[in-house]
Amino acid sequence: MAGDATTPWTGYSPAAAWDEAVDVQGEVREPYAKVYSEIERMSGEDLQARAEALANTYLAQGVTFDHAGEERPFPLDIVPRVVGADEWEIISPGVAQRVRTLEAFLADVYGSQRCVTDGIIPRRLITTSQYFHRVVGAVDPANGVRVHVSGIDLVRDHHGIWRVLEDNVRVPSGVSYVLSNRRAMSQMFPDLFGAMGVRPVLEYSQRLRSALAKAAPEGVEDPSIVVLSPGVFNSAYYEHSLLARTMGVELVEGRDLETHAGRVYMRTTAGRRRVDVIYRRVDDEYLDPVVFRPDSALGAPGIVHAARLGNVAIANAIGNGVADDKLIYTYMPELTRYYLGEEPILPNVDTWRLEDPEALEEVMDRFDELVTKPVDGAGGKGVLIGPAASKSELEAARQHILEDPRGWIAQPVVQLSTVPTLTSEGLEPRHVDLRPFAINDGDDVWVLPGGLTRVALQRGQLIVNSSQGGGSKDTWVLGGVRHRGSVPPPESRVEFAGVEPVPQSAHPEDYVHGQQQMQQQQQGSTC
Amino acid sequence: MLSRIAESLFWIGRYVERADNTARLLDVHLNVLLEDPWVDEPTANASLLAVMHVPVDGAVTRDAVIRALATDATLSSSISGTLGAARDNARRAREVISTEVWESLNTTYMQLGARSRTPRPHDFFTWVRERAAVVWGLHSATTSRDDAWNFMELGRSLERADMIARLLMTKALAGTTGPNWTTLLRTCSAHEAYLRTVRSLVTEERAAEFLLIDRLFPRSIAYNLDKAETTLALIEPGLARHSQTDHARLALGRARTNLEYQAIDEILEDLPAQMRQVQRACASASDIIRDRFFLPSSSVLWSQEAV
Repeated sequence: MAGDATTPWTGYSPAAAWDEAVDVQGEVREPYAKVYSEIERMSGEDLQARAEALANTYLAQGVTFDHAGEERPFPLDIVPRVVGADEWEIISPGVAQRVRTLEAFLADVYGSQRCVTDGIIPRRLITTSQYFHRVVGAVDPANGVRVHVSGIDLVRDHHGIWRVLEDNVRVPSGVSYVLSNRRAMSQMFPDLFGAMGVRPVLEYSQRLRSALAKAAPEGVEDPSIVVLSPGVFNSAYYEHSLLARTMGVELVEGRDLETHAGRVYMRTTAGRRRVDVIYRRVDDEYLDPVVFRPDSALGAPGIVHAARLGNVAIANAIGNGVADDKLIYTYMPELTRYYLGEEPILPNVDTWRLEDPEALEEVMDRFDELVTKPVDGAGGKGVLIGPAASKSELEAARQHILEDPRGWIAQPVVQLSTVPTLTSEGLEPRHVDLRPFAINDGDDVWVLPGGLTRVALQRGQLIVNSSQGGGSKDTWVLGGVRHRGSVPPPESRVEFAGVEPVPQSAHPEDYVHGQQQMQQQQQGSTC
Repeated sequence: MLSRIAESLFWIGRYVERADNTARLLDVHLNVLLEDPWVDEPTANASLLAVMHVPVDGAVTRDAVIRALATDATLSSSISGTLGAARDNARRAREVISTEVWESLNTTYMQLGARSRTPRPHDFFTWVRERAAVVWGLHSATTSRDDAWNFMELGRSLERADMIARLLMTKALAGTTGPNWTTLLRTCSAHEAYLRTVRSLVTEERAAEFLLIDRLFPRSIAYNLDKAETTLALIEPGLARHSQTDHARLALGRARTNLEYQAIDEILEDLPAQMRQVQRACASASDIIRDRFFLPSSSVLWSQEAV
């Protein structure tokens, strides 16, 4: 620490939770060492000025999300979140294992339902899930993949152990912020990147594109891929367009698609064009008015029929929601052992299933100490944190749960880990979670080294979703080590394999510092 | 290229060009009001709004003109409204246009409020012209010459022909002697090019000729009509006779040759009517392009009752 002088770190003291930058003795943890000293060298104003510049680049780029019908810049915090290489060695295989389990489970649910006959999962759990769609039963995707893209939400408890908080295998969003956060932060801290060996995230789009191409129906040589977006007013529109742009594929809306004789086409200025793979960012219920909600204008009639015929691949597959149901979540450790024969690498957060009468009774007794969540919720909606809730909120939630125990789970309050975050009062610890993204191309599950770190901007707030006023941080995974020290000194001349460089030419009179110029000057002076 | 995207690109081209030219037109109008001592201001204002096809109601003040054509972002006729619409279209076609073009449109849109509140409208107009130039420059430097380029260029050249025709109509505005030809040339950034080409003082016929039918100057009407025609041929090369694009090219070609093969003094005698014809040709070409490229030929709709 820097003695008497005030630095942005003065007064930073972690609270009860696990702080990722500073340990209980106030020592900086090793992965954060370089970030810490870089910020230490700045003044408080300098840090604020950089944070402002960061926000401005986001407005100019149009990196926004719609909050209550208004375009807002997504708040990006100036302090990165650093994940050490050794921690990533746990997260990456853990997430991949989770995805393989979910794939196996989905294939089973929409196939022979072995897990039910073997007594692992009660049948009613599947049939009562509102995301279980019989209409895609017995439809096998061309390369067997249903979870092309997944976002497995992780948290770190007060012992520093990574745990899975929830699985997202329907249409997980947020990866665009990973990509654009990185672009913004690398302009803000150019030196740190090289020095720390931060692993790059930019290959995500190429990986996704090749995974989608591999998912194409059989016999299609050069598949035409589209991103299906609900449209420009969707809160994640920025992400849809960024993915389409960086993959080099068309971004379509439902009205651009039409189906004829079990094939999907898009309307172009040169007539109809076949579509082979649809990366859809539209929920199941809106995808096809023939099968799902008849009033939906976001999908195209006949898509599901085309998918059943195997003429188009839909990613992620329809009906995946049955696997990221929060009740199925409680069975994930068993499912991992059952399908893969492996011990789960990443543990769950302890969870009570409230449909179980004994658990319900226990939870009702300790209601004000626990977190209760609806099983089908997303975006932090309906989550009630017992210790922080008012009496009337507790009472209302209690009624909801007693009416529909199947619809709820309860968990102990997890003190999410904290990371230093710039607030109006300087740097303070704020709670974070992590959503790593995984792409399954059928041969291999690839986990993006990084992921979306969401941060709750209010002090003590434990819900980090952007729809609840959260922000994000760039996540730096270390381990892409470039040994700067051992690079041989540069040669005095660079040789391109014996090829002579071609000199750059210029207007012949521009660089002649000769007679003409002097003559002209003399001419002027003698006049 | 998706029809919906092509339509957005076409309109980005039109809107940016429209904002640019509206800024030029207003700039010259406000100058005329200042310089012409015998001006009947309300009439001149009203007829300028009529040229721009804005509904007029009673005596029109200078502020009302500026609001209607420049600052009121809720009006589709104003520069602010037009640039906002351009940015909305760019957002819809975000994955096709380059990041640089998007960011220039987006920052323009975000500065609009502050810029348009300036006490000196001239500064705002200069800024608008500069922003349009930035957009075009980046567009030209970062876009492949494929259909994305063609549709934007098509919109741009149609709009430019249309707007120059409107600008020339202000020569015959009621209530004022109108801008002189030197001013008009300056408004189109054509004065220097004119002087280099014609090498003589500005006369009415020569100046009109330059803005109407010069083959090489990028802001003459004939140049832009011709360019729109060529671009259409690029978009649909294997032209079948009597196809819809052919009708669009026909309308444009007729308007162009009408200017080119008519004696210049005849055009000048009847300038407003002639210019109206150019605008009509542009409008009908635009309609035909919409029918041909942007509307689905047949659309499949799912109706609940049929189940």
